[in-house]
Amino acid sequence: MSLWHKHAIFEKNSIVLVIGILIAIAIGGLIEIVPLFYLKNTIEKVDGMRPYTPLELAGRNIYVREGCYLCHSQMIRPLRDEVERYGHYSLAAESIYDRPFQWGSKRTGPDLARVGGKYSDDWHREHLRAPRSVVPGSVMPDYSWLAATDLDFSRINDDLSAQALLGVPYSSDMIANAKADVVAQATNDNPDAFELGKRYPKAQARDFDGNAARITEADALIAYLQVLGTLVDFKLYNDKANIR
Amino acid sequence: MTTHDHNIDKVTGTPTTGHEWDGLQELNTPLPRWWLWTFYLTIIWSVGYWVVYPAWPLLSSATEGMLGWHTRTAVVEDLAALNVQRGPLVAKLEAASLDEIARDPQMLEFARAQGRAAFADNCAPCHGTGGSGAKGYPNLNDDDWLWGGKLADISQTIQFGVRSAHDKSRAGAMPAFGRDKILKSEEISEVADHVRALAGLSTERGFNPEVGRKVFADNCAVCHGEQGKGNRELGAPDLTDRIWLYGSDKQTIMDGIRNGRGAVMPHWAGRLNPSTIKALTVYVHTLGGGEK
Repeated sequence: MSLWHKHAIFEKNSIVLVIGILIAIAIGGLIEIVPLFYLKNTIEKVDGMRPYTPLELAGRNIYVREGCYLCHSQMIRPLRDEVERYGHYSLAAESIYDRPFQWGSKRTGPDLARVGGKYSDDWHREHLRAPRSVVPGSVMPDYSWLAATDLDFSRINDDLSAQALLGVPYSSDMIANAKADVVAQATNDNPDAFELGKRYPKAQARDFDGNAARITEADALIAYLQVLGTLVDFKLYNDKANIR
Repeated sequence: MTTHDHNIDKVTGTPTTGHEWDGLQELNTPLPRWWLWTFYLTIIWSVGYWVVYPAWPLLSSATEGMLGWHTRTAVVEDLAALNVQRGPLVAKLEAASLDEIARDPQMLEFARAQGRAAFADNCAPCHGTGGSGAKGYPNLNDDDWLWGGKLADISQTIQFGVRSAHDKSRAGAMPAFGRDKILKSEEISEVADHVRALAGLSTERGFNPEVGRKVFADNCAVCHGEQGKGNRELGAPDLTDRIWLYGSDKQTIMDGIRNGRGAVMPHWAGRLNPSTIKALTVYVHTLGGGEK
């Protein structure tokens, strides 16, 4: 019986209570989180992943700024119905350069983990401007200002540096050329696109927003959407070897 | 505990915890016994999970559990089971020609069901739910086809797309007559009126039919035909049928002549499997406008 009365010390001393809570949470964290950093099946490496190009990163910043993750997930779960609809289930490695990740937790709209290449740039532009003009039943708000707002990429190299600080492998070459890479990727037939492609394999360079005169926020966001889920070639990915 | 029994709350008859704050005492109402035991049972039940399912992290992996269950193998098995279920009909669909599918009621029903689901996911964003189309995206229910409405035509369009990245893509371009300085502004205005006249729509006052006809014959007839009936080889629309992809008002027509048009349809070969493309072809063909 006396054991049941020992908790009186926690109830009467707030500092003891706080320390007790911290210890309880630390045990939970140690057991649930720490193994994720070293268990083999949670640190799988996959071919094809590369850091986002500066334009894609700028687009991703807009995605985060507008809170797209509140209605769109980027996480295809390994469930039959999701794989049937969206394609191969998401791999942890596909979010390796997402800081912070955009998995989301609610699907008011569809999952976007593999939306890259699914629709044309025209469609994205029209859909961002007025979603109901192409999807009549949509409840997505209009984002018409994106195509009318110049992309501010004056400090994009700082963005890259910050990501590099967090462990994304941006080289000094990538950081130094970040602004030029934004321009090269957002314009048609730019001679610098070759250099961009060397730094960022498979980077698609074109005028994403259909307005060659300007580099707008829509350019960046569409570039980001068009790369989602396209970097890993699942024809080469061995499902069986990676079950572990 | 011993003190509890001495403190009975007079109003409710319930024992109190013995704690007192400024004359207020806390009732000691124990949890219902059944609830408490259910709670303990769930804790015991969880031990079973540790044994049966992957649970405890070890040095380089986690305990695997007796069942050997794994999310990734589970989904592969689910998909395999689905393929077994669909297998016979999918195999039949893959082996059959489009015409055979269209003739066989059972295959047709299966293809349409599969096509409807694939359409909703892949095509509806542009062509609309049910294929009703939108500005710049053709309606698939009517009998007006840019590239042809026979099964083979539809199949080719779905597989390789229009102005897509595929080598076998359908190609054809409406030039930007204004932007590239091929026509002058007045000529564009005249020919736009001529196009409206072709469709039997009203023209603006001061429209000169002679000029309009001549500009059309010199520049547009190559693709759209002398009578403006269009050319499916080039995806040039019929201008006389009063079905408009972008709109029939003069401003929209002039905009098209000035800046050209070149909407893209992505190619689906390589992204959707052959039987799904067949199913989509048959589905679109049966929407209302399919040609023999």
